[in-house]
Amino acid sequence: MALKTEEMTLNLGPQHPSTHGVLRLELKLDGEFIVDVIPHIGYLHRCFEKHAEAMTYPQIIPYTDRMDYLASMYNEFGYVVTVEKLLGLEVPERVEYIRVIMGELQRIASHLVALGTYGADIGAITPFLFCFRDREKILSLFEMTSGARLLYNYIWIGGVARDLPPDFLRLTKEFIVYFRPKIKELNDLLTFNKIFIERTANIGILPKDVAVNYGITGPMLRASGMKWDLRKDDTYSVYNKFDFDIPVGEGRMGTVGDCWDRYFVRILEMEQSLKIIEQAINQIPDGDVTSAIPKRVKPPVGQVYVRVENPRGELGYFIVSDGTLNPKRIKVRAPSFVNLAVISKLCNGHMIADVIAILGSIDIVLGEVDR
Amino acid sequence: MTEKEIFEILKEKFCETIIEFVEAEAGENYIKVNPLEIDKVCSFLFIDNILQFDSLMNLSAVDDANGEKKTEEDGSFEYIGGTLSVFYHLESTDKRHKITLGTTVEKDKPDVVSVTDVWEHANWHEREAFDLLGINFLNHPDLRRILMPYDWDAGYPLRKDYKDPDYYQGMKVPY
Amino acid sequence: MGLLDKQFADNNIIITKVDDLLNWARLSSLWQIGFGLACCAIEMMATSASHYDFDRFGVIPRPSPRQSDVIIVSGTVTLKMAIRIKRLYEQMPDPKYVISMGSCSNCGGPYWEHGYHVLKGVDRIIPVDVYVPGCPPRPEALLEGLMKLQEKIRHESLVKKSA
Repeated sequence: MALKTEEMTLNLGPQHPSTHGVLRLELKLDGEFIVDVIPHIGYLHRCFEKHAEAMTYPQIIPYTDRMDYLASMYNEFGYVVTVEKLLGLEVPERVEYIRVIMGELQRIASHLVALGTYGADIGAITPFLFCFRDREKILSLFEMTSGARLLYNYIWIGGVARDLPPDFLRLTKEFIVYFRPKIKELNDLLTFNKIFIERTANIGILPKDVAVNYGITGPMLRASGMKWDLRKDDTYSVYNKFDFDIPVGEGRMGTVGDCWDRYFVRILEMEQSLKIIEQAINQIPDGDVTSAIPKRVKPPVGQVYVRVENPRGELGYFIVSDGTLNPKRIKVRAPSFVNLAVISKLCNGHMIADVIAILGSIDIVLGEVDR
Repeated sequence: MTEKEIFEILKEKFCETIIEFVEAEAGENYIKVNPLEIDKVCSFLFIDNILQFDSLMNLSAVDDANGEKKTEEDGSFEYIGGTLSVFYHLESTDKRHKITLGTTVEKDKPDVVSVTDVWEHANWHEREAFDLLGINFLNHPDLRRILMPYDWDAGYPLRKDYKDPDYYQGMKVPY
Repeated sequence: MGLLDKQFADNNIIITKVDDLLNWARLSSLWQIGFGLACCAIEMMATSASHYDFDRFGVIPRPSPRQSDVIIVSGTVTLKMAIRIKRLYEQMPDPKYVISMGSCSNCGGPYWEHGYHVLKGVDRIIPVDVYVPGCPPRPEALLEGLMKLQEKIRHESLVKKSA
C-alpha cells in the first residue's frame, strides 16, 4: 500500500547562491522528490524595451550590453546586424571579421563562466577558479580593444568603435596557444570526474521534439541531439567563410540530452570557437573600420526580425520602425528566457539536489531573462 | 517555399480568416490574420505536411500608437481608442522556410486566442505580452503577470501612454 | 596572527583599547552575504575569484544573511527585489554594513529615467556605508570600496555614538 504523503512547498531564491542571480523557484515536493517547479522571474526586470523606445538607435547599444552581461559583445553584434538589415547597410569586410573574433572570444568567456559556476553549484569550487583565471585573459584582450572589462559598447551600427590595437592579433594567437591545453585540464579536473558524472549523467533529460516545441535553442538544443546552429543554418556576417563543426550531444555518459551532455557540448564549442578565431586571424583583411558608420540612423518604416547565435542560443531582435530616429518597438527574444521555461518539465520526478544541477546546465543569465 | 506561396495555401484553406498580405516598405512582409482564429491557422501550419512549422521563433506584441492623442496640461498624454498588434515569427526547422503572422486588436477589447496548445514556447511570451501590453490571450492556461510584481496595478508599462505611479509599496518610483 | 608571528621573545601581554581590538577583529574578517543581482555581480565574482582574491581581505561569501557582516548590493535593485533586499538586511546580525556597488544601486544608473520597475538608489530602503561608482565598477574599485569600509570600521567606537 502506497503511503500518502503531504505535498510540501519549498522556496528557492531569490537570494540563493546557486540560482545564478535573482531567480525564485517554488518547488512542490513529495518527500525528496519534485512534483512541480514554478519559476517566478522578473526580479531583474530593468525595462530595456521601454528605454529602447525613448532612445535613438545608436544610444540603445549600451543597453543591449546590459541584458546578457556575460555575452555583451554578442548582444551588440545581434542588435547592429538587425539595424543594418533594416537600413540595408553594407559594412566593410574587416569589420565583419573583427565582430566574429570578438563574438567567438565572448563565447569562450561566457562558456567559461557557465562551466565554472556549474562546477561550483554542485560542489567543485576549484574549476571555478581555473575558469575565471582563463576568462581574465580574454577580458584583458577586450579591455585593450574597447577599454572596458564587461560592458563594451564596441560594436557600432555600420562598424566598430575603433580599430584593433596593434598587438591584439598577436596576443590573441598567444591566447589560443595558451588556452588549448587548458581545456584538457578542465576535462581532467571536472568533465570526467566520477563524482561529477554521477551528479549530471541521466539527470534532466530533454528529448529533441520537446526541445523544439519549447523553442529551446543553443547548446541546450544541440545537447538534445539536434544539429542546429544559426551560424551555419541561417548564416550571418562572415560565418560561411570558416570551417567548423557543430558539436551535438551523444549521450556518452548516460542519455542524449542529459545535464552532462549540455555541459560537454559547451566544452566542445569552445574548441570550435578557437578554430574560428584562428581562421579569422589568418584571413582578416585591412581596411577602415569606421567608414560605414552612418551619421544619423533613420530607418524607413518597416519591421524586421533577425537572430544570431548567442552563447546561450537564438538571440532575436524584433524592431518596428516608424521612420523616426527612435524605434517604435524593440522586442528581444532572449534565449535564457525561453530556455528557462522548460525547467519544470526537466525537474519533475528528480530530487531536490538535482534541481541545482539542472538549473546550472541551462545556463541562464537573469539580466536576459527579465531584460 | 516563399511567403507568397504559403499565403496562397492559407488563403485557400481559410478564406475569411486570412485578411491580407502586408508588403512592407522595408524589412519583412507579414500575413494578417483574424485574432480570434489565429489558433486554427497556427495549428494548421504546425500539422500540415508541406508546411511543418514546428518552431515558433518569437512572439511580440506592439502598441501601434494610433488613435486619438489627448494631451494634458502637464505634458502627459493618453490615446483614446487605437490598436495593439501581435506578431508571430514561425519557422520550419526541417523545410527551412519562415513566415510572419500578424494580428491587430482594439485596445478596448484586446482579445487574441492563445497558441500555447500548438507551441509550448508561446506560454511565457504570451504572459509577457499580457504583462507589459495588456493583451488578453483567450484559452491561455496560466495568464498571470510574469515580469512585473503580481500586485502591480498601475497599468501596462509598454503602452505608449503609460504613466508611472508615485509609490509602490511605500517606495518612491520616479527619480 | 601573521603580523605578530615570532615578534616576542617570551609570553607577553598586550595592552590595548577594547575598541581597537574589536574594530581590528571586525574589519579583518568581513563576511559578505553571497548574493549577486546583476552585471556587477559578475565583477564581484571576478573579485572573489583567482585574479583579484577577495579572500586576502578576509572577505568570504556566506550563503546565509545570518552569518554575514556586510551586504554588497551588486546591481540594479528592482521594485520586486527591493522588498527582499530589505528583508535580507534585516536578517543580518549587528554590526552590519552595506556597500552599494555600481551606479544602478547608487542612484538608478542608466535606468534612472524610464525605469518604471527600477528603484532609483538602494539607499531609499537601507542605509549605505560606502558607494562604489562605475558601471560596472572594476574589481580594483570594489577593493578600494572595501578598504574605505575598513577605514570606517577602524574609527568606530563602543563608547560614544558617532555623529
